[in-house]
Amino acid sequence: MNAYIDVTWSSLLIAASLLIANLVLSAVLRLGMGRRLLVAGARMVVQLFLLGLVLEWVFESANGPAVLALGLLMGGVAGVTAVRRTSIRFPAAYLDSVVVIVTTAFLVTGVSVLGILKPTPLWDPQYVIPLLGMLLGNALTGISLGLDRFLTGVLRDRTRVEGFLALGATRWEAAQEEVREALRVGLIPTVNSMLVMGIVSLPGMMTGQILAGAAPADAVRYQIMIVFMIAATVSTATFGVTMLAYARIFTSDHRLRSAGELGIQLD
Amino acid sequence: MPILAAVDLGCRLPSGWIWRGITLSLSAGDRAVLTGPSGTGKSLLLRTLCGLDRLGEGHVLFRGESPRGHDAPDFRARVMYVQQQPLLIPGTVQDNLDLPTRFKVHARRESGEGENGGRAGDLLAQIGKPADFLEQRASVLSGGEGQVVGIVRALLLHPDVLLLDEPTAHLDPETTRRVEEVVLEWVGAGDRALLWTSHDPAQVDRVRRGSRIQLGGVA
Repeated sequence: MNAYIDVTWSSLLIAASLLIANLVLSAVLRLGMGRRLLVAGARMVVQLFLLGLVLEWVFESANGPAVLALGLLMGGVAGVTAVRRTSIRFPAAYLDSVVVIVTTAFLVTGVSVLGILKPTPLWDPQYVIPLLGMLLGNALTGISLGLDRFLTGVLRDRTRVEGFLALGATRWEAAQEEVREALRVGLIPTVNSMLVMGIVSLPGMMTGQILAGAAPADAVRYQIMIVFMIAATVSTATFGVTMLAYARIFTSDHRLRSAGELGIQLD
Repeated sequence: MPILAAVDLGCRLPSGWIWRGITLSLSAGDRAVLTGPSGTGKSLLLRTLCGLDRLGEGHVLFRGESPRGHDAPDFRARVMYVQQQPLLIPGTVQDNLDLPTRFKVHARRESGEGENGGRAGDLLAQIGKPADFLEQRASVLSGGEGQVVGIVRALLLHPDVLLLDEPTAHLDPETTRRVEEVVLEWVGAGDRALLWTSHDPAQVDRVRRGSRIQLGGVA
């Protein structure tokens, strides 16, 4: 009864073999990406396989608490992963990141579910889970890039920010430029993808819908909605995490905390 | 009443106390000198005095009062620390001298002060810099020229106390003398005080008029 052609597990081997060519290239040129590609590939397969099982169960039961629990789990993992990929980080950033990413993604999903899609029930996992997933995935990248840029900018070159402070700048005057840079960098992937969307790239969700048999015009409207949601989530989440980091690394008496105070190991 | 006083300051690093029991008092006209081998925490002491580093123990008084936390920018505008390699932003020397006017604390103070335009040129001329120095790009300045910009920038802001961190470390002897002259003239011209860090015994003799703080064991 499917409107699309099934991909069987065994046929996935053909897709996987394409990756092998890259592994060989990496080994020959000693690029050192072979191991990382293998690990990432294996993780992807296992995670998606498990997700398939979980989603099937959640979709069948379609009960609110199960959807909420899955959403929170996804948000928690996204929040932690976002911080783990930065080159400098302090312990409190994990909590900040999880709180911000869950709040913003849930808020934006809530608005679109209540205001645009209005499924029954409102927590219908068929809509809520994919939306949430896309928002979290994009917010993760934004937070990672933004936080990394901010902490690197402020902490790797303390003398710069402290030079401002020594001249009588407030902590905000000293850090403003770094906050602005963090937001710019955090939003680069989102803005770039919006700029070329439909010209260079056919967005993943739209492609998926079309493959699954949806009319292109419908898929386009869904895509536009999701891109607006993504842009809103990424900017809010990146700003939120950056500002919380700002509040943690500066004291109220306009001093930049030392690496030791923050629990950071700088090499 | 001293302009700036510090009582029983101590600075603790994970490895132990780097210095302890530091007491100092700077009154109008005082030219205190801070000496000690590299790594004994001279910069740390200056940073602690202006509140860039956490006070391990002891307290700092500005005109008899403990600086309150939220007033830190105002305090640092009065007790100004000049880093050994002062902050330079992209742009010209003039842009760098104007940098502090971006900050609220100076916008407020500037209104009551006179024009700074000519004063920068005068100070630079006194240090032996040509008139077109103001138009030079900050990115091509040598370490010593950067120090000169940092000192002139601080002087233009009319602080009450200057904390100078080896201000002539990268300067030739002639420019060193001129910088000393400009700074000492500034201290003598009002209710001001100076704390100068140096490795050079001859310079210590020329600059010092007031206490000497020696870090790192015996002198």
